Amino acid sequence: MSQTKPYRVSHLDALEAESIFIMREVMAEFERPALLFSGGKDSIVMLRLAEKAFAPARIPFPVMHVDTGHNFAEVLEYRDSRVATLGLNLVVASVQEAIDTGLVRELPDGTRNRIQTPVLLAAQEKYRFDALFGGARRDEEKARAKERMFSFRDDFGQWDPKNQRPELWALYNGRHHPGESIRVFPLSNWTELDVWHYIAKENIPLPSIYYAHDREVVERNGMFYAVNEFIKLRDGETSEVRRVRYRTVGDASQTAAVLSEADTVEKVIDEVAATRITERGATRGDDKVSEAAMEDRKREGYF
Amino acid sequence: MSQAVLEPDAASSRGMDLLRFATAGSVDDGKSTLIGRLLYDTKTIFEDQLEAVESASASRGDEYTNLALLTDGLRAEREQGITIDVAYRYFATPRRKFIIADTPGHIQYTRNMVTGASTADLALILVDARKGLVEQSRRHAFLTSLLRVPHLVLCVNKMDLVDWDQKVFERIADEFTSFAAKLDAPDLTIIPISALNGDNIASRSENSPWYEGPSLLHHLEHVHIASDRNLVDVRFPVQYVIRPQSTTVTDYRGYAGQVASGILKPGDDVMVLPSGLTSTISAIETADGPVDEAFPPMSVTVRLADEIDISRGDMICRPQNRPAVAQDIEAMVCWMDETAPLRVGGKYAIKHTTRTARTVVRGLQYRLDVNTLHRDEAAGELGLNEIGRVRLRTTVPLLADEYRRNRTTGGFILIDESTNRTVGAGIIIEAR
Repeated sequence: MSQTKPYRVSHLDALEAESIFIMREVMAEFERPALLFSGGKDSIVMLRLAEKAFAPARIPFPVMHVDTGHNFAEVLEYRDSRVATLGLNLVVASVQEAIDTGLVRELPDGTRNRIQTPVLLAAQEKYRFDALFGGARRDEEKARAKERMFSFRDDFGQWDPKNQRPELWALYNGRHHPGESIRVFPLSNWTELDVWHYIAKENIPLPSIYYAHDREVVERNGMFYAVNEFIKLRDGETSEVRRVRYRTVGDASQTAAVLSEADTVEKVIDEVAATRITERGATRGDDKVSEAAMEDRKREGYF
Repeated sequence: MSQAVLEPDAASSRGMDLLRFATAGSVDDGKSTLIGRLLYDTKTIFEDQLEAVESASASRGDEYTNLALLTDGLRAEREQGITIDVAYRYFATPRRKFIIADTPGHIQYTRNMVTGASTADLALILVDARKGLVEQSRRHAFLTSLLRVPHLVLCVNKMDLVDWDQKVFERIADEFTSFAAKLDAPDLTIIPISALNGDNIASRSENSPWYEGPSLLHHLEHVHIASDRNLVDVRFPVQYVIRPQSTTVTDYRGYAGQVASGILKPGDDVMVLPSGLTSTISAIETADGPVDEAFPPMSVTVRLADEIDISRGDMICRPQNRPAVAQDIEAMVCWMDETAPLRVGGKYAIKHTTRTARTVVRGLQYRLDVNTLHRDEAAGELGLNEIGRVRLRTTVPLLADEYRRNRTTGGFILIDESTNRTVGAGIIIEAR
């Protein structure tokens, strides 16, 4: 007998296999799935997993971008180039359009994270998507730590955390009545560091704002915001050029950069491994509202 | 004595493997403190999370930083001071990435524990050294063995409160060992700890010179899990058929799925169930190219030499090693629905591997008391969090193995066809 092989699977390969399984499960059991694509690193990784799950066929569902209108130019360019390369069908749900037609009203502070939820739900209804892939991870936030892989949403797109379906083994229950839907989170078990290791392993290109660059920023509450068309200097504030990068990509009026010298994927991995602050804590003004800010938004239908 | 290196080192972490474990116990046993300690000692708790927990503890008037608030993420949980649902937590050391399914000790314990244990490589049970084994410890051990979690760790916590008395530890260890032997329990390790002070968590403690075993983290890092997988019985449930509608790739037909067990290789003779048709594996593909072999938990695409009719829910296996093709299923069912009980004559959807069918409950042989293991043969139904032995008849055959031999092809869920809720979890004892 030859030596027994270990048949070892690394944790990244195990995570990838699980995510691919989930994507195939959705494709097999739902009629009209779509993938929520923000241009952020998690949705970019999700898109790569979708490529792998169905190769050599093309990705068999559309991608939907809920466009707040508050974008980083680099991210929109990236989105359009990926869509062209992969031959994807892109659906854009525009918050600006929804404001113009009166579906939602601009908030007094001008931020659009919260008002994107009705826009997302309206687009889901219009295109009759019965499953939406989201790139959320359980390590991001404590309300998300209790989220299912297959997260049931009622007619109003709402999440009821106290009434979730138990998930056993790899048996996911995607059954729903017309009008109801399922949010699917294939990256649930990934951490921020796993995502970066995977980006390195797969050599996945990212929008340049994820790497250290010089940018004119203003410091608010210890966070560094880019000065641009969405964020203007207030009285008494001064801007300065600092070396920064983004750990997350969200509404450009609410997403802050972190000071960083990490201009390669390897340096980012070292930085993420050493960091002592969560990515949402470091960069998202929207999560700082209350202890349950994320749970409240999720109940309303946020992803 | 070697001490674990704790910081997840960026460069080495690409090669680590994955261990999933479920924790059971209540706040009183110090479970949240233990998880908080593991996260803290592996530098997984972030400063902003700790600050949020500290300020929340202070505003609630807690006398100490309440680490349970780290895991109790829902508003209702924080308001009521209870854990409602399974929470998933993540940490890593240079050797391994860990996924903790943290299951609540009191509320809906059976449903949550069964859920957490279903995917666990290891279960961690806590007891308070001052109290010894309680009803709950036995219940957790039983559920762990029912779900065939391969490794079990009993942490005897709060050893500092019994002055690290070796006799106290040994008495609890002996009692648990003899109880576990009756359960056909898996690999068992018993560790004396103080979660609050960190003794025997990340490194061996000087307070227990008489204890010669590993620290908890060392054990979690080194427990051998590779051979827990079934590499003998080839089971490949077909999940999705890939047929590109493209001008560049023509005549392509591949069967996508995740290997449930066994090792598949190109050239292998295979049988497809339920049709019984045979063929040969012509290639095993991934998006990164063909592979020489596929084993659990790889997600791959299998191609066959012959064009035969195969669809989702079919199973690829070896001609001389097949699962049962069965419509009569004997199973232990854990009932998970509060709105209606399981009754004889009840009809449900059943999801087993990638196959969904309908089923009717033909009989309820007994309901099991998970505390005493007493079998109540007079029981007429199973309510929420109750477990019983059930006989099912399915509309179409399931391609099933005994759960004790195969956790993937031996488990199923029951779904209420009107509410679509997942109402039961089943463990196959016999399929024919």
